Amino acid sequence: MNGFANIAWREVRIAWTGGGLWLPIVFYLAVATLFPFVTGPDKVLLARVGGSILWIAALLASLLPIERLVLPDRQSGVLDQLVLRGWADEWIAAAKIAGHIVGFGIPLLLATPVAIALLGVPDAQAKTLIIGLALALPAFAGLGVTIAALTAGLNGASALGGLLLVPLAIPILIFGAGTLDDSANNALQLLAATSLAMTALSPFAAGAALRAARD
Amino acid sequence: MPDSQAASPNIALHRVAIIRGSRVILRDFDLEVESGELIWVRGANGSGKSTLFRALSGLLSVASGEVSISGAIALCDDNLALDLDQPLGKAIRFWTGLDGIDPARLEAALETLDLIGLADLPVRLLSAGQKRRGALARLLASDAPIWLLDEPYNGLDQANVARLDAALSRHTEKGGIALVASHIAPTVNVTRSLVIDRPKAELTA
Repeated sequence: MNGFANIAWREVRIAWTGGGLWLPIVFYLAVATLFPFVTGPDKVLLARVGGSILWIAALLASLLPIERLVLPDRQSGVLDQLVLRGWADEWIAAAKIAGHIVGFGIPLLLATPVAIALLGVPDAQAKTLIIGLALALPAFAGLGVTIAALTAGLNGASALGGLLLVPLAIPILIFGAGTLDDSANNALQLLAATSLAMTALSPFAAGAALRAARD
Repeated sequence: MPDSQAASPNIALHRVAIIRGSRVILRDFDLEVESGELIWVRGANGSGKSTLFRALSGLLSVASGEVSISGAIALCDDNLALDLDQPLGKAIRFWTGLDGIDPARLEAALETLDLIGLADLPVRLLSAGQKRRGALARLLASDAPIWLLDEPYNGLDQANVARLDAALSRHTEKGGIALVASHIAPTVNVTRSLVIDRPKAELTA
C-alpha cells in the first residue's frame, strides 16, 4: 500500500517542520529539569519517583500536537480529497497514527536518555523505562489522533482534549508505571497488551469521528 | 495504471433528496450525464450547487434516491488541499503521487495554467488567483474522467479563464464529463445548463 506511506510521511514532515518537533520535546525535558528544583536535590527521592514523573511528562507532551493533527487537514480539504480517492476514514486515521508515532514518538524516545540523566533515574530502571515508553507510544499516538478527530473544530478543543485523554490514558499509565518496580517483567507484557489493544482500536474510533464530522 | 478515461463515464441520479441539518437542499432531483458533456450548473447562492458536488463526490450521503456513477471523480472546490508551506509543484505532486500519475502529466497541467514559473514558490506566498490555478492544476493532472469544478473562475484573470476553458473543452472532446458551477458562463461549448432552484430543481435544455 504505497499511498499509506505517502500519507504517513506527510504527517511526519508536517510534524518536523514549523517547530512542531521541538515543542513537545522541550516540554518533556522542561518537566525533567524543573522537577528536582521543587523536590529539592534528594537523590533517593528522585530515583524513586523519577521514572513515574517521566511517564506523566510523556503523556502530557503527547497532548501538545493534538490541534494540528486533524483540524488543518479538514479545513484545507485534504481529508475530502482523500475520501474522494476512495480512502476509508479508518485508513486515513491509521496513516495519521503511523505518522504521529514516528513524528512524535521517535524524538520523544531520543530525548528520554537525557531526561533520565536529568532526574538520576537508576540504571536498573532506565532500560525498562525506555522499553515501556516505546511500547506505550503507539497507544499515545492512537489516543492523540482519536481525540484530535473528535474535538477538531470545537471551541476549546485542546482543553477538551486534555479532559478526554486523562481517563483514556489511565490504563497505560498504571501498567507503564507498574513496569518500573517489577522484576518479573509481567508488567511489560500487560503494558504491551494494553497498548496493542488501544492502538488497534483507535483507527476505528478516529475514523468514525472523521466520518461523522463530514456529513 | 489502467486508463480510466477509456471506459465511458456517466452519472445518473434518480429522485435524489439531500438533507442537511433540518433543511432539504435537493428534492426529487434527477440528472443524467453522458460521456463528453460539459454542464454549466447555475443557481443562486445557497441553492445547493456545492452540496450537489459533495454528494456526487461521496462526501455527503443522500437521504433518498439512487446515485450511480461510473468513472473516477476529481473535485476542485473552495478548499485548496495543498500544503501551504510546500512549494506549489511539490504540494500538487503529493496528490499525483498518491494517484500514481506520470510526472509528465503534472508538468503538462502546470504548463496549461502557466504555473511552471511558480512551481518552486511556497503555496502560502501565492495570490488568491494563483492558488486557485494550483488547485485547478491538481484537477487537470488527475486522470479522473469526471471533473467537478465549483466556482473555478473565481480570482482568475481573462487569460487564465481562457486557458481553463480550453482545457475543459479538450477534456470533454476526449469523452470526459465536466460539471462547472459558476455565475459566469464558460466560453466554450456548454452542452447543457442545469439550473438548481431550491427546493425544486429543474433541467433546462
